[in-house]
Amino acid sequence: MTVDLAIIGAGPAGMAAAALAAKLGLDTLLVDEQDTPGGQIYRGIERVPESSPNTSPFGADYLAGRPLVAELRGSAALYRPGTTVWHIDPAARAGGTLALVADEHSESVVARRILLATGAIERPVPIPGWTLPGVMTVGAAQILLKTADLVPEGRTVLAGQGPLLYLVALQLARAGAPPAAVLETAPHANYHAAAARYVGELWAGRRELGKGLALMLGLARAGIAVRRGVRELRVLGRHRAEGVAWEGGEIATDHLFLHEGVIPNTQISLGLQLTHRWDECQLCWRPVVDDWGRSSHAGIAIAGDGAGIAGAVAAALSGRLAALDAAAALGRISEAERDRRAAPIRAGLAPERAIRPFLDALYRPSDNMLNPSDEVIACRCEEVTAGQIRRAVRLGASGPNQVKAFLRCGMGPCQGRVCGPIVSAVIAGARGVPIAEIGTYRPRAPYKPITLGALAGVEVFPHQIANNTEDSLP
Amino acid sequence: MFRPRPDSPAATIAVEVEGRVVLVLAGASAAAAALMAGLSSIRDTPVGGSERAPYCMMGICFDCLAEIDGVPNRQSCVVAARPGMRIRRQRGARIVAIE
Amino acid sequence: MRRCDAIVIGGGLVGTAISYGLARAGLRVVLLDEGDIAYRASRGNFGLVWVQTKGLGAPHYQRWTRRSAEEWPSLAAELEERTTIDVGLEQKGGVQLCLSGDELTKRRAMMEQMRAEAGNFGFEYRMLDHGELAAMLPGLGPSVVGGSWTPYDGHANSLALFHALHKGFAAAGGTYLPSCTVTQVSATPGDFRIAAGSESVEAPKIVLAAGLGNAELAPLFGLNAPVRPQRGQILVTERTARVWPIPLGSIRQTPEGSILLGSSEEDVGFDTSQNPEIMQTIARRAVLSFPWLAELQIVRAWAALRVMPPDGLPIYDESERFPGAFTANCHSGVTLAGAHARLFAPMVASGTLDPTLAPFSGKRFDVPAAA
Repeated sequence: MTVDLAIIGAGPAGMAAAALAAKLGLDTLLVDEQDTPGGQIYRGIERVPESSPNTSPFGADYLAGRPLVAELRGSAALYRPGTTVWHIDPAARAGGTLALVADEHSESVVARRILLATGAIERPVPIPGWTLPGVMTVGAAQILLKTADLVPEGRTVLAGQGPLLYLVALQLARAGAPPAAVLETAPHANYHAAAARYVGELWAGRRELGKGLALMLGLARAGIAVRRGVRELRVLGRHRAEGVAWEGGEIATDHLFLHEGVIPNTQISLGLQLTHRWDECQLCWRPVVDDWGRSSHAGIAIAGDGAGIAGAVAAALSGRLAALDAAAALGRISEAERDRRAAPIRAGLAPERAIRPFLDALYRPSDNMLNPSDEVIACRCEEVTAGQIRRAVRLGASGPNQVKAFLRCGMGPCQGRVCGPIVSAVIAGARGVPIAEIGTYRPRAPYKPITLGALAGVEVFPHQIANNTEDSLP
Repeated sequence: MFRPRPDSPAATIAVEVEGRVVLVLAGASAAAAALMAGLSSIRDTPVGGSERAPYCMMGICFDCLAEIDGVPNRQSCVVAARPGMRIRRQRGARIVAIE
Repeated sequence: MRRCDAIVIGGGLVGTAISYGLARAGLRVVLLDEGDIAYRASRGNFGLVWVQTKGLGAPHYQRWTRRSAEEWPSLAAELEERTTIDVGLEQKGGVQLCLSGDELTKRRAMMEQMRAEAGNFGFEYRMLDHGELAAMLPGLGPSVVGGSWTPYDGHANSLALFHALHKGFAAAGGTYLPSCTVTQVSATPGDFRIAAGSESVEAPKIVLAAGLGNAELAPLFGLNAPVRPQRGQILVTERTARVWPIPLGSIRQTPEGSILLGSSEEDVGFDTSQNPEIMQTIARRAVLSFPWLAELQIVRAWAALRVMPPDGLPIYDESERFPGAFTANCHSGVTLAGAHARLFAPMVASGTLDPTLAPFSGKRFDVPAAA
């Protein structure tokens, strides 16, 4: 199969790009590993009935996902849910070949243009005890609420920093499960730094600021205690989370939800060896893209939070810019037309992006988030501690790939998605050099696990091979 | 561990978690069903035998690996619950059934 | 300027094994290595300690491999004692599977030739039929018609070996300098000065063990090491309860439970990207060999570059123009670790290579001058 544009990820960026690309006459394929569209921010959005009033426990922002899904469903784009990309072979000229798997069947698709729209993931929060059952991310709590209408039973504490922390605390309260406490880890110094440096942007981003203040008021009205400047967080409990402690206090809890912001999901963009840079403000690796989303490889673009955190509204807008650019590159519209249509989109993007530096400074993780103590597990899959990594560095392992060779961190099922930032930060700290110099893992195919049978092109279940000769494979 | 929120519509998908039947909403994941069934942990790690439960719920951390309908090590947070689905804890490395 | 008894260039399996052996022999060694991102065959290999396919038509190589396999158990024990790292050596024999009558015939002929060429050294092997293999290897597929078995083969955890050699080297007083790619070389007989990264080192002996980098380095020392890259791809499954007691030529299960599947031989230059078609070929042969493998998930895979001499045999040499300069090149860094640490290193320490290594000299590639 050959398409004009293959889009990976059915979140706001992917959905907006797919709908517009199809409208502009491009043969468009949108794949996503989830069964339903929406990505993470609009996860479960199709469950919200059309007839329900324009309010939702998740707020108007969440409902903004509905028209995006409707546009996608109504477009000529081919949408394949439940489909995982396990390899992309970039073509020398532009675009590339995607290896897909769905229901144990493997297929390859040639795409003249590729758009990665894989969004964001939670920054890992490596505090002592973070691998215990009962500890989840704040995003996980929201996903359970959105997709399954589930709320935690018993005592709940949220800890960390960033807008999502307050948003979910309020959403849980509205869903009848108010948290016992919210522990904010933003160092006091952040407030001054943020306000002082970015006072100019505060006006441009006033709508976001207004939302933030409304959140804080909502929490106060719901009677949820917020403790600020919390340091040295650690989870208490042996087989399960039983409480959470910090410098100067502790509280019993059955559930602990952590959040230290979100970072771009760069698994595929790093796997493709696209150029990335370390963003010292957002404290993450992000692919280098131009203002159309074009990456360092011809015909491969990135839109949405996967290129840099800017939120859902910006994601949809940047998806549309990428669609316009792809259409112009493939000759469906002229460049003048592309630029004309892009102008209002860029105008919409500006305020969304304006507030980011302020938020990034305000919610910059405290140093010990990037420098866990020795006993803390850094690689959850292979159970490798930060101390083991420091010892490997002393033995001469100078970067994440050498450390991986010594200790196996990054070799487990998650393939470094969770531990990558931690390992780079620990190595940087141990060597006394900036993280930008350390680099990160090089992800390989399969980007997600694929059965040997699907790879071989045989029936996976059941596994008998029909004939008794060596030529029995199709 | 997790319960439905008060004004949730009636759950209709019946799945079995470690032999216990629970009802979840259409669109809920197998991991959500496991949490709702009260499983304290969903797997024992193959490396150290540590107990783990779902962490990210979005297919990134792989801590939600469970045996679903007899197939081991599936990311239960990315698998939608279907009627009659059988979900069991993943106990360490998978066992292979060889005829 | 650092001064030492021996400089080793290259911190992969070959370089660290030799460095370890030199340090254990009492030399002060400086090991120069590249940084985190480098070709590093050591990070991409399969982990076999494999004898039965080595040295067909080249008895000296067959013998060198056998000697290395014999050194392996004591090397492993010594490393565990000195570093507490268990390199996971299992040396109970190995099998090469044949998936057609034709393959089996060829393999039988190869084994016979190995035995004939081994001469007094001896070469023990058995050809096994499907039934005998099936008793040994649960889940064997009907497509497997037979295979060859020798008692000398085995496997180890190559990354643990790598870690242990580094740790053992440091414990024996060795100095490891990473992120030090060689920039300048000054060579005179018995005196070598190297500028690498921000370091400069001087020693009367030097060993070039830089893998693919040796091709460029060797001539600077009057040596010839025309190695070229050969790509291979490997697939790794999720961890599974232990099924097989022994490794096969392109399938093995680690004690931790992961199953490694290989392999391929691709001539693509320095390209380390993966190729789904090759991965599919590896998958198909694996599933033909053991149909139940189809259900297992591949959780990771990679492509790496073997360090391949023109005839596939190792290149060991000492420089005539610059006595004190040596080189070691091979694509079997795991199998030959025993030889490198315990046979080759002592030769370097003594100042000259054993005559038994003469057939491995790079001079064998010299084109004779036209008459």
